[in-house]
Amino acid sequence: MSLDKPYLDVPGTTVFDADQSRKGYHLNQFCMSLMKAANRARFKADERSYLDEWPMTEEQKQAVLARDLNRCIALGGNIYFLAKIGATDGKSFQQMAGSMTGMTEEQYRDMMIGGGRPIEGNRYIGEKK
Amino acid sequence: MARITASVYTSHVPAIGAALDLGKSGEPYWQPVFKGYEFSKQWMKSHAPDVIFLVYNDHATAFSLDLIPTFAIGTAAGFTPADEGWGPRPVPRVIGHPELASHIAHSVIQDDFDLTVVNKMDVDHGLTVPLSLMCGRPQAWPCPVIPLAVNVVQYPVPSGRRCFMLGQAIRKAIESYDEPLEVQIWGTGGMSHQLQGPRAGLINREFDTAFLDRLIAAPQELSNRPHIDYVREAGSEGIELVMWLIARGAMSDVAGGPAPKVVHRFYHVPASNTAVGHLILENPQ
Repeated sequence: MSLDKPYLDVPGTTVFDADQSRKGYHLNQFCMSLMKAANRARFKADERSYLDEWPMTEEQKQAVLARDLNRCIALGGNIYFLAKIGATDGKSFQQMAGSMTGMTEEQYRDMMIGGGRPIEGNRYIGEKK
Repeated sequence: MARITASVYTSHVPAIGAALDLGKSGEPYWQPVFKGYEFSKQWMKSHAPDVIFLVYNDHATAFSLDLIPTFAIGTAAGFTPADEGWGPRPVPRVIGHPELASHIAHSVIQDDFDLTVVNKMDVDHGLTVPLSLMCGRPQAWPCPVIPLAVNVVQYPVPSGRRCFMLGQAIRKAIESYDEPLEVQIWGTGGMSHQLQGPRAGLINREFDTAFLDRLIAAPQELSNRPHIDYVREAGSEGIELVMWLIARGAMSDVAGGPAPKVVHRFYHVPASNTAVGHLILENPQ
């Protein structure tokens, strides 16, 4: 019997479950390594070589190099781990979250000040806005 | 015997810690957030506990994907504020209470909750931001703290029902401790927020308001809400709210005592990506 995953129809959302975690193990552990200042410096000096030290897929490495967080998440990344890349780049959590929405930094910040993204129209994939 | 005097509930947004640490708390953006905790800081001074039992989650800090404990209790003598990638927060070291923590672990495991016992770990903003909000910027935290880290990062996370039952077991454990300690239990995280994907920035004020109402008046019923309701309605990271049910389950009324007194309630949007919620409930003497 397959596992119950009722969250697959939530729009714009990837739930980090055991399957995603398995796919993203090395990607997330690479991110974790950036908690050490020495590793941050080595990564910044030569991103590609640093990434090549990790048994990540080429797709995962490309997503990191492009700072494409949506792609990283699709490939098993988790936002709390990916945030270590943002910290290395000197980005705030709000800048990182905003970068995944297709909005500019200013638009995203204004949306939050205005009360955030509304729930109406955002519960189910394909729901009429 | 030890007893639980009150429970405190609060969001633990990292940007709140950064605002405090960088001296930005007076800025117009942050003022309304900190205003909501002015009463709480006074209340902490007049109701200083002997120990805080602090339920929070680790955000890929102490626990990487190498080890993912569902419930982990800190039994160490102290816990160092972690470097989360921006450098460690300039806050006091957290002093533990190994005797009470070990007692609780023993009792709760005998009650069928298989806690992971942690004798060495750093603590991140999930634990230190609530302390800052409630205590300001002291030289030392006012009392020892027992951390309980809950996995809300990798699904499935524990259910609301399981959390609520764990809270009840924790109350029983604390009340069986010989020393007459006054203990507060804090539940942290939430409220509605989503930090990932095209739906990032989701806030649901209606959900949050109803959650606060029901947490106060109908916690047992609230504990039966399935995960999917949190994910769909409160955002993928809104699931952190299950941790509030641990603290709520430890209050006396759940074991047949009188209803708690609501001494403070606060709600504000936004702090960075998140809806900030805060409650203080006292057990009647």
